[in-house]
Amino acid sequence: MTDPVELVRAPALEMSGITKRYPGVVANDHIDLEVRPGEIHALLGENGAGKTTLMNILYGLARPDEGVIRLDGKPVQISGPSDAIARGINMVHQHFMLVPVFTVAENILLGDETMANPIFLDRKESSRRIRELGSRFGFEIDPDAKVGSLSVGWQQRVEILKALYRNARILVLDEPTAVLTPQETEEIFDVLRKLAAQGHSILFISHKLYEVLEIADRITIIRRGKVVGERIPAKTDEADLAELMVGRAVELTVERGESHPAGSILKVTDLDVTDDRGNAAVRGVDLEVRAGEILGVAGVAGNGQDELVEAIIGLRKVAGGRIELAGKDVTANTPRTMNEAGVAYVPADRHRFGLVLPFTLADNMVLTSYYRPPFAHGVLRDFAAIDEAASAGIAKYDVRAPSPNVPAGTLSGGNQQKLVVAREFDRDLKLLILDQPTRGLDVGSIEFIHRQAIRMRNEGTAILLVSAELDEVLEISDRIAIMYRGAIVATVDGRTADKNEVGLLMATGGASREDDGPAGPTGPAGVAGATR
Amino acid sequence: MTSSTAPAERSVRSRIWRTAGLPILSILLGLLVGAVVILGSELLLPDHTFDWTLPITAYRALIQGSIGSVNSIINTLVETVPLVLAGLSVALGFKAGLFNIGAQGQFLIGALGAVTVGVAMAGQPPILAISVATLAGFLAGAAWGFIPGILKAVSGAHEVVTTIMLNYIAISVLAWAVSGPLKVPGSPSPITHDVGNAALPILVGSTGHLGILIALGMVAAVSWLLFRTTLGFEIRTVGANPDAARYAGMRPKRLIVLTMSACGALAGLAGACIVLGVTHSMTSAFGTTVGFDAIAVALLARSNPVGVIFSGLLFGAMRAGSGLMQIEAGIPPELIDVVQAMILLFLVIGPVLTRVLRLRGVSGNLGATETITRTYGKEAVS
Amino acid sequence: MDQLITGLYGIPVVGFVLQFAGYLVAVLPQNASIILQSAVPIALAALCGVMCERSGVVNIGIEGMMLTAAFVGWIVGVVLAPILPADPSPIFGLTPALIIAFVFAVLSAVAVALLHAWLSISVRADQIISGTIINILAAGLTAYLYTIVSQGSPESAGYFPPFVPPSAITSLPVIGWIIAMFFNQGPIAMSLIVIVVGFQIWLFRSRWGLRSRAVGEHPKAAETVGIDVIRLRYMNVLYGGVLAGLAGAYLTMEASNSFQAGMTGGRGFIGLAAMIVGRWTPLGAFGAALLFSSSQSLGQIIKFAPPSGDVGTTLLSIPGQFYDALPYLVTIIVLAGFVGRSIPPAADGQPYEREAAT
Repeated sequence: MTDPVELVRAPALEMSGITKRYPGVVANDHIDLEVRPGEIHALLGENGAGKTTLMNILYGLARPDEGVIRLDGKPVQISGPSDAIARGINMVHQHFMLVPVFTVAENILLGDETMANPIFLDRKESSRRIRELGSRFGFEIDPDAKVGSLSVGWQQRVEILKALYRNARILVLDEPTAVLTPQETEEIFDVLRKLAAQGHSILFISHKLYEVLEIADRITIIRRGKVVGERIPAKTDEADLAELMVGRAVELTVERGESHPAGSILKVTDLDVTDDRGNAAVRGVDLEVRAGEILGVAGVAGNGQDELVEAIIGLRKVAGGRIELAGKDVTANTPRTMNEAGVAYVPADRHRFGLVLPFTLADNMVLTSYYRPPFAHGVLRDFAAIDEAASAGIAKYDVRAPSPNVPAGTLSGGNQQKLVVAREFDRDLKLLILDQPTRGLDVGSIEFIHRQAIRMRNEGTAILLVSAELDEVLEISDRIAIMYRGAIVATVDGRTADKNEVGLLMATGGASREDDGPAGPTGPAGVAGATR
Repeated sequence: MTSSTAPAERSVRSRIWRTAGLPILSILLGLLVGAVVILGSELLLPDHTFDWTLPITAYRALIQGSIGSVNSIINTLVETVPLVLAGLSVALGFKAGLFNIGAQGQFLIGALGAVTVGVAMAGQPPILAISVATLAGFLAGAAWGFIPGILKAVSGAHEVVTTIMLNYIAISVLAWAVSGPLKVPGSPSPITHDVGNAALPILVGSTGHLGILIALGMVAAVSWLLFRTTLGFEIRTVGANPDAARYAGMRPKRLIVLTMSACGALAGLAGACIVLGVTHSMTSAFGTTVGFDAIAVALLARSNPVGVIFSGLLFGAMRAGSGLMQIEAGIPPELIDVVQAMILLFLVIGPVLTRVLRLRGVSGNLGATETITRTYGKEAVS
Repeated sequence: MDQLITGLYGIPVVGFVLQFAGYLVAVLPQNASIILQSAVPIALAALCGVMCERSGVVNIGIEGMMLTAAFVGWIVGVVLAPILPADPSPIFGLTPALIIAFVFAVLSAVAVALLHAWLSISVRADQIISGTIINILAAGLTAYLYTIVSQGSPESAGYFPPFVPPSAITSLPVIGWIIAMFFNQGPIAMSLIVIVVGFQIWLFRSRWGLRSRAVGEHPKAAETVGIDVIRLRYMNVLYGGVLAGLAGAYLTMEASNSFQAGMTGGRGFIGLAAMIVGRWTPLGAFGAALLFSSSQSLGQIIKFAPPSGDVGTTLLSIPGQFYDALPYLVTIIVLAGFVGRSIPPAADGQPYEREAAT
């Protein structure tokens, strides 16, 4: 890895003194980074540490205020994505840059089209090139499959193919494993190792410590826009990296303690739910959450978790089966009656569901209770009571805001999520549903929310945690239910669960490997999955 | 002035400047463009001697005709009534994330409802006749607003297209009613009977009818509804974020239907005020530009109900003065439409204007219109 | 044509349905050329909508662009006719004045489209508000100028008369009416079908089409592969302006030779409905425009050639205002049935901001 031969060659990419200021914040503060040919170099940092800004600069999407970028030792000015691509830099973004309604071929071609003549595309020739390229790296792909019908693992491969199609020399991957199962992650890692072995340079951006240790040849750690260290995996460990990344010694896991589950709070029996298009999304799910325990639902995104949660809180009609809350049938309930029955819900997308960004913190604090005393008397709202409750909640849950009367949209992501938590946690609850409660948050906020969840559990609340981040589910759940293609395929103990075993269940549902699901095709079966 | 009150006063002034700065600037620029249009249009008349001062003559007449005398002020108030009511209709829609381009049609159907009932009750005691006929206009407008509301809630058809279609249908309905069932038998041209006792009483001057008070009352009612009540909170939440509203246990579909009906009712009331307060009967020529004017009124007021009074007065004054402008300067009243559209244009480019002109402390934000396009072509909110 | 027939079968005229349908089957082909003529402005407006919305810009201002082009085409002709007197050429009655007026008409719509593009792409104003302002401005300005100009009772520059194919061909069985439909037309109407088919192929087979669709679905993805989202959106809105300009010019230079205030009569909006019903494809939009124009022509057709028997008496007893309102009614009903099943481009109506904030 630190082969002396490689050390003498000029770095494929060298960024030095990169500085980028945005109003009120220095996103990148004199960052130095170099990637050698054939190297897998990891850039480690928390959400908000400045990784994305740095990559936008490298890709020409943002101009640095200071600093130089060198390719093969020569300084360059990167004017935009097409310039970056022309210089052999390609990026696989965290949120896939794929058009779902386009085919694989159309997505790969876009911007670098193979033409039959000056006007029309040459679809045959481009399909041939894509097949050829795929087989060179060990995966066969159907160029005419619609990207929207592919599993995330295969979409990731399309992203990588897109880069290779453009003769990428330097490949940047931004949090590539965020939505993958451990098995899919392993497969992508194999592809990356092959690429590096063929001389490509890879810049791997992540905040997952163990991943970085596994895949990288070298690790650069940034915090608050500054480089705080460089490490070789052989000479470091997770604790060291975590301290560099966060800036203080962190407990890698929240102390979850023992759970003392009591009576059944949520009981879901043989539940069927359909999605927006009328297809079965949840099939025959049985589920029980008891008071004082956290049940984690693990699954690759899109396996029916959203529909399950929406059915439980009354946002979506139930097609069959039964939902009980503390022994009472609530199958036909609405969000309002569930809320009144003591069910709280922290939605996955706080901008879409959790908050009304142009409204004040106070209005957001009473978003679900605005109509009942003390916040309203009859049809009239009571602003004194609303302000009082808002101020109290803001103080108790450490929401950093100048006043309860500023718009929620002016807060940082972490503080917005704390505001949602303050609203949902701070009352008498039977059941708390957490849907991806920490997505996109910094370590401090994640810790805070996990601690609050455990506190709620210890106080006797039943908690249903849904997350596509397997690590999060493993970290705080007492029991884990694995969801695959709309069904619960297994339930395991949260303390003794084996990560790979859970990951395999997420990817295959526990069936044989020939079962090529859209959710996570693996190995040769994935080819069939990709064609559909 | 003591030093302790100065900052408070300055902050009030800066708040006013912040919200009113852009509208005032837009009005001035709009009038300026209007002047340029007047000058330019002189070139279209070959036998006309070019007159540099024509815009000044025109604007002087405009001012004279709108606030030059007690009578013209009363005329301005009368012209303002439908603008405030229809402007409220559009503003209320904006607050709920709906773009009611249908105030035009709702106005016509409201007027039709009012004249139908007004004629039928022409001989009843005034108090009864007036209240029932006004209510009829209110309800007829509500019904016309209900249609795009229910279409959007059930099928997701965007109200911009459906309300425009309904505007044209309203014209046909009105033409049919006036030349058919409502026509005075034997009359050579299509005209309805007079509304008799259902006519709104005149409060000031020779034309200042009760509608002035109705409009003010509706401003208060809509303000109260939007900002003091839980229903208003629900309407504003649906407008700002329909998904969050659903999550919070509100019912967006029901609120969309309800708000659209309320928008229709307000515009219908505007129609009732005209037919019961001004024309007292209806001919097939009964038409209006109030629908487009109302959009300008609402946008200029940044969808604020109280602001609607001021923007309504501005455009009401222009309408009232346009007659004198035509007589004294030969400028067709359509110039008002041009000025109005230019004011809107400058409002919309507010962020650019404040930057280019380096206006500090002026908000370039139009307010409450961010979600209009979001639901366009999308499936129904569920 | 199948789509047209099925669409008409769906109109709920209670009772008489079969007879009425039979009447339509007989009478519509006879009037195919009239139906196409009233479909021209609707279809061109719909194509303008497809052009803009496929790349992510909602264009409610089509109506205003059409009205502008209609007025400019007419007024330029009025001004030039005395300056450039000429005998109309045998082909489409072309005169220098008409040709120049036509060019100005189209350019004026492009200029308005540029305003819309600037407002919605660069200023990032709400696109529906922007379009509405364009409609109000165009309606006000054209009405104002028309009032001023018409004081001098101006002489029009004429119009493009239709080409008349030999009756031997148009009276051929089965295909004769199709030939009449597409060739018994003036130049704009005749070129419509070429534009529709060309646009369809261009959109789905060319590099420009692929990129435009990408920009309308996922502009960020397009930008990351080096496509200039802003530029492409500007270009397509301007192309849209050309189509709206053709629609406007058609009204005052081919369908008639005069201007009236507000003469577009909501056709721009019916075009938008046709675009949605046609699922944002040129061919589909054209089909839907034919459906709407058939309902528009129906009133006249029934008046001049009523069906025999009960059906005829009933249809004639319906007040004329109902037939006036019919196209708008059909538009609402069909639109309500199609929205939701017809999925717009994913980024439709969303302004694109280049640089990521942090």
